Amino acid sequence: MKAPRRLVVGSGGLTLLVLACLIGPVLLPDAGDGDPRHAALLPPGTRVTVLELADGRTLVSPKVSRDAEMISVHGKRGTTVVPLDEVASERETRLWLGSDRFGRDLLPRLLRGGRISLAIAFLGVAVALFVGVGVGLAAATGGRVADALLMRLVDALLAFPLLILLMLVAALFRPGPALLVAILGLSSWMGLARIVRGQVLSLRSRTFIQAAQVAGTRPLRIWTLHYIPNLRGPLAQDTALRIGDLVLAEATLSFLGLGIPPNLPSWGSMIADGQRVMLDGWWLSVFPGLAIAALVISLALIGDGLQQIGEGSG
Amino acid sequence: MRGMVLRRLAMLVPLVLFVVTLTFVVVQAAPGSYADTIDNPRLSPETRELIRARYGLDRPPLEQYLSWLGAVLTGDLGVSFLYKEPVSRVLTRALPPTLLLAGTALLLDLVLGLALALAAARRPFGWADRITTLLSLGLYGIPSFWLAGIFILVFSLILGWFPASHMHSVGADGLFDLLHHLALPALCLGLVGAAGTARYLRSTLLDVRASRWMLAARARGLPRWRLLLVHALRPALLPVVTLLGLSLPILVSGSVVIETVFSWPGMGLVAYNAARARDIPLILGATLVSAIAVILGNLAADLLYAVVDPRVRRAR
Repeated sequence: MKAPRRLVVGSGGLTLLVLACLIGPVLLPDAGDGDPRHAALLPPGTRVTVLELADGRTLVSPKVSRDAEMISVHGKRGTTVVPLDEVASERETRLWLGSDRFGRDLLPRLLRGGRISLAIAFLGVAVALFVGVGVGLAAATGGRVADALLMRLVDALLAFPLLILLMLVAALFRPGPALLVAILGLSSWMGLARIVRGQVLSLRSRTFIQAAQVAGTRPLRIWTLHYIPNLRGPLAQDTALRIGDLVLAEATLSFLGLGIPPNLPSWGSMIADGQRVMLDGWWLSVFPGLAIAALVISLALIGDGLQQIGEGSG
Repeated sequence: MRGMVLRRLAMLVPLVLFVVTLTFVVVQAAPGSYADTIDNPRLSPETRELIRARYGLDRPPLEQYLSWLGAVLTGDLGVSFLYKEPVSRVLTRALPPTLLLAGTALLLDLVLGLALALAAARRPFGWADRITTLLSLGLYGIPSFWLAGIFILVFSLILGWFPASHMHSVGADGLFDLLHHLALPALCLGLVGAAGTARYLRSTLLDVRASRWMLAARARGLPRWRLLLVHALRPALLPVVTLLGLSLPILVSGSVVIETVFSWPGMGLVAYNAARARDIPLILGATLVSAIAVILGNLAADLLYAVVDPRVRRAR
């Protein structure tokens, strides 16, 4: 069967984004810690000259002029004049996405922030999958009492105003990355538990499973051969959408100033920072937002594609 | 039917109790208290201790919890640390702005979502469908606070058409002024919601199109618009009823993000401030209201579903 186009486009987008975030910062030329004096708030696409000085400083500027022994570096906040023999290296580069208030190149920062956003969302979903599948299986196979208790717990947790809970925990505990993964995961496993329980219960009454049981197949074999392949589809579809939800949730918390600490900028906190200087540098909030959108849309396309496959074969 | 309603209503009390108890445990487990959030470096540790005692935060947690619960049973939600007035007054003041904002947004969401879905389902995979799919997919992936930022930048800072925050201009309280302030936040919330509604409704419309009664209707030679608007739309609207019930909580507890970005004085902003200030009575009060709204919303969705779908009614 041919894979749906949405699945192809979505997987392609996701792979591209993940690869860019993982290896992008390594490949890109390192523009140093930024040059607030000469390179602050340069628009996307600006050509700049990067000068590394003998004393370890790095100067970045769109405009450099020179005479026989001096080089002048111009910027919005003034000009620095350096003797030519103090310049250790000089190269030209382009700030594809512009620079921030501190004269730092946005592109590598965006890719590094993506690592954090992606890591938190993926790990959070891993936690949710672990708990959700566990609870769903326990409810479906653990007898009537366990089922009733666990499903009431799921109902009760679903009655919780989710964002308020997340906000509360985040505001109260000021979580580090590990705790953030935990609370995002622990607040989003309920849907998965319901899916697993429902699937297992409906599969149990299907003839092919009953036939396997009558034929004396060992339970472990029935699980690996019949239950798991049939659970995979719905789980994969829900997981794809859930990763997108967690990317948005993490971004929202970071945006509200309740996410991970500011020394680890994620896309959400970059948008919040960028919006403070929106009139001077729209690109600082626009590009992280587009990155989030590209990621969430890729995941939604994957989810749609998986659903099409599921409907096609079922 | 009535038995189901009564059973669900009876579940309301333990569920709400569970939610507020869990909230209380979370708040208590967190380090620090309201006294530590007061941003005044000249406060000595002794004074902060006095403030803690003043608000009863030095008592054992269980005692605090039971006295709060006892008061709630008599209808008293306590006094907010942050606002220095009864929690019930803070919440009732914040509710109308949230109802207004979320209600307008919901209306926009439904109308726009319905229009987009109908345009798309008229000719599946035609150009209108492609544009709608792209648009709704795009809006689905965009964070709402980012959209809010763009709106503020374009319509408020650059064009100057709409104010960027709050509900009223200073000294003005006319209806026009209110609507003027309402426009941007309502549009933000409504557009993001409409994307979801359109996506959802389009797929149910397409499912219905493949049904036998649609085939029968087409065979009778009914005009296209009648097929779509009468025969396909009614069954396809069923899930929208569920969506409506599920959006009741947002109607009451507000959108934290949009209200924060636009400084809209509603329930979401109150909850945000309460959480940041560790204002325990206000946090519990807001959670209580939200939890009740979520549960009643779910119940309303199921009930409405039974009302509009005869098949469900008979099954019960």
